[in-house]
Amino acid sequence: MSSPLVLNHLRALEAESIHILREVTAEFQRPVMLYSIGKDSSVMVRLAQKAFYPGKIPFPLLHVDTTYKFREMVEFRDRFCAAIGARLIVHTNREAVAQGASPFRLGTEKCCGLLKTRALLDALADGGYDAAFGGARRDEEKSRAKERVYSFRDSFGQWDPKNQRPELWNLFNSHTDKGESIRVFPLSNWTEMDVWQYIHLENIPIVPLYFARPRRMVVRGDSLIPVEHEIPLLPGEEPEIVMCRMRSLGCTPCTGAIRSQADTLPKIIQEMMLFRRSERENRVIDHDREGSMELKKREGYF
Amino acid sequence: MDTPAPLWDWRPAAVSQTPGATPSPDREAALESFLHQERDKELLRFSTAGSVDDGKSTLIGRLLFDSKGVYEDQLASIAQARSSQTAGGVDFALLTDGLRAEREQGITIDVAYRYFETPRRKFIIADTPGHEQYTRNMATGASTANLAIVLVDARNGVLPQSRRHAFIASLLGIPHIVAAVNKMDLVDWRQDVFEAIRQEFTRFAAPLGLHDLIFIPISALLGDNVVLRSTRMPWFHGESLLSHLETAPIAADRNLAEMRFPVQCVIRPDQNFRGYAGQVASGILTPGETVMVLPSGRTSRIKSIATYDGDLPCAFAPLSVAVCLDDELDISRGDMLVDPACPPLLTRTLDARLVWMSHTPLDLKRDYLIKHTTQEVRVRVRAIRYRFDVNTLAQEPATELRLNEIGAVVVETRKPLFVDPYRRNRVTGAFILIDPLSNETIAAGMISDPRTRHPGRTATGDPSAPVTAAERAERHGHTAALVWMAAGWDAASRLERALFERGAITQVLDAAAAGEHLAPIAAAALTAGQIVIVAAEGKASLPLQSAARDLAGPDRFLELPAAQPDDAYLDELERRGILASEF
Repeated sequence: MSSPLVLNHLRALEAESIHILREVTAEFQRPVMLYSIGKDSSVMVRLAQKAFYPGKIPFPLLHVDTTYKFREMVEFRDRFCAAIGARLIVHTNREAVAQGASPFRLGTEKCCGLLKTRALLDALADGGYDAAFGGARRDEEKSRAKERVYSFRDSFGQWDPKNQRPELWNLFNSHTDKGESIRVFPLSNWTEMDVWQYIHLENIPIVPLYFARPRRMVVRGDSLIPVEHEIPLLPGEEPEIVMCRMRSLGCTPCTGAIRSQADTLPKIIQEMMLFRRSERENRVIDHDREGSMELKKREGYF
Repeated sequence: MDTPAPLWDWRPAAVSQTPGATPSPDREAALESFLHQERDKELLRFSTAGSVDDGKSTLIGRLLFDSKGVYEDQLASIAQARSSQTAGGVDFALLTDGLRAEREQGITIDVAYRYFETPRRKFIIADTPGHEQYTRNMATGASTANLAIVLVDARNGVLPQSRRHAFIASLLGIPHIVAAVNKMDLVDWRQDVFEAIRQEFTRFAAPLGLHDLIFIPISALLGDNVVLRSTRMPWFHGESLLSHLETAPIAADRNLAEMRFPVQCVIRPDQNFRGYAGQVASGILTPGETVMVLPSGRTSRIKSIATYDGDLPCAFAPLSVAVCLDDELDISRGDMLVDPACPPLLTRTLDARLVWMSHTPLDLKRDYLIKHTTQEVRVRVRAIRYRFDVNTLAQEPATELRLNEIGAVVVETRKPLFVDPYRRNRVTGAFILIDPLSNETIAAGMISDPRTRHPGRTATGDPSAPVTAAERAERHGHTAALVWMAAGWDAASRLERALFERGAITQVLDAAAAGEHLAPIAAAALTAGQIVIVAAEGKASLPLQSAARDLAGPDRFLELPAAQPDDAYLDELERRGILASEF
């Protein structure tokens, strides 16, 4: 082989993530992987397959279902998990849903608190999980830049950013007391670009919503809102067909689409690179959103 | 742009997922080839340390922002998109500060990781605060770095802070150091200022043994020599900082000679497959080659190197793989596969440098846990040889280590570890200490070269002083003792094995075979501080037993009854104060 014995960056990141996945599985009693159906989750699951090959993934995948997910996401989830033989646990805050929790009635913050954060903490407690993998990356936003790979949570699932353990080399400290747990982020050092490149390189299946195609949308100002889950229309609004795609996947009421022609992975990657550039001046002054993410995390959010 | 040799990857480019794609061959092909090139980048991790006024945030902001502009121009030329503009009037510090508390206080108190890329490399920055009270954060950021940027303010010369950063970089074994002499705009771009700093820095850094130290005059604020070469310092003929980051030869830093493979877990989905999963620490694994398993010392050959993507022709650091061997050996987490021609040191005593990271000082009377590769073992710090003054590098006597202090210590471990000097191997030479009560990570350790001599080690300082029994006991972790094992040879051998695994110096003697020679042989071994196990069966040995008891003395003589589990024997030795029982 003419290539030198040097890994390219994707293989180096892959090796680091596999090390983390194995280390947690070896040192914790009951690990679980948070599976959000998004692209980062898809990458994380592929890394787990690699870490324990030819064995199966030795921990379950946990999906916190708010009941507001896209139909295509749920279909993809069930098909994908069956295909790879993963054990899937779906958890919903039934009580809140029964009481009619929705972003339209409660506002997004309270709705997220009930259907995501509360549901997640309950699901973790129900399963007695002492370690939970999440797909968060440090490049996502500023408060994540300082989060450890092993993120320690007290018995209420809360994060204390001022009291984080030092994390050196690839030596992770897995010691916790009863009731405490850790969140583990195997993709900590990946950037969004790495994730897309890896999906492309590995041909990892992702939800088709990421690809541009003509879709029925409500056009409201600059926003494109998917017509799903009975979104309340304003007077005079009519859904129309728009060539668009989702940049990130969440609940339908809170996930805007973008107009796009990117119907292949290379085009998505290219589009993303160009977007970043136009966005960067705005991002620099965008403190509020980032501060609010830190607050959410302190309360137990991923 | 020139295209360097492709990096190692075993997969061909994937076929795109194209549901309902509209093909436009030329543009697609150009994009594919661009993306392919994008994948073929080396990863470089570097650390920076600095405080509020030395321009660190400005420098990082400049690197992130300007490199992105350059990067996107590259993309734009392919995508026929508009050309990018350079940054103007951006507060770079806002790009780099993080947590709410830090923003409120306007300081940086933790390690933050940041990411950027150029067409040649992908970069991870470990961005750390620079003040003395954040030494532990600097050490954390430095632990995985290939390169360190040490900032020097051109107006102030080499301050203690720059010295400290260089010292920590050398302590954590960062192979490449760049001294970035910043704020050249404030000294009128003068060459003599730069040269004076270069000389002073070089002089004080000489004892640190930095292999690759270079100097670059920059102005982070105005961008000179950061991304592009400055036109205002024509006297400087070196590269810009970013060019250096893109080309520093990091591949050669790895240890490809001494194979070490710490086992993380065993993958055994069915009877037909047993793979030892782990990440290669150093060296190269190749199927067909003989490996030795530690601590058992057994050897076998590599049958295959299994991955999800198929078997590999070889594996090297930092690949994560599963290794299958020809023979079925008893191997579990914490064991290590090594090259039998150059095994690591098997030892219970570590000479190491510690960076203390806890608010509670080091306590020589307390037990801690060491995490070294995939092993976790109880330890005690036996002695502090000295403490460093991190600003002057002077060594001073110390009785404790406090938060952010760095010292040279002797660590005793309950079980032997398989170690290399940190200078030779940043994986098998590194460890952390954990407090078993608070669960905190309390220290980072770098194992020193055992060949390094430590003058003044003897209590008297007299080079001709005889070695005492107490010194032997401290070194061995046990006193001399004579164990009378009435259960016979097999039980004696098992006990010896158990003791040996704990690092004890042992010898088994067969009472019947030794006969009248038993006493003199045992006496010599006791003088050398060994634990002598006498395998004795039947009444014929009884006269020898009383002689042996007299020889050892009642404190050091122990008669063990037949047929007990090995642990019970060890407990008895601990209870009697023969084995160091605090572990």
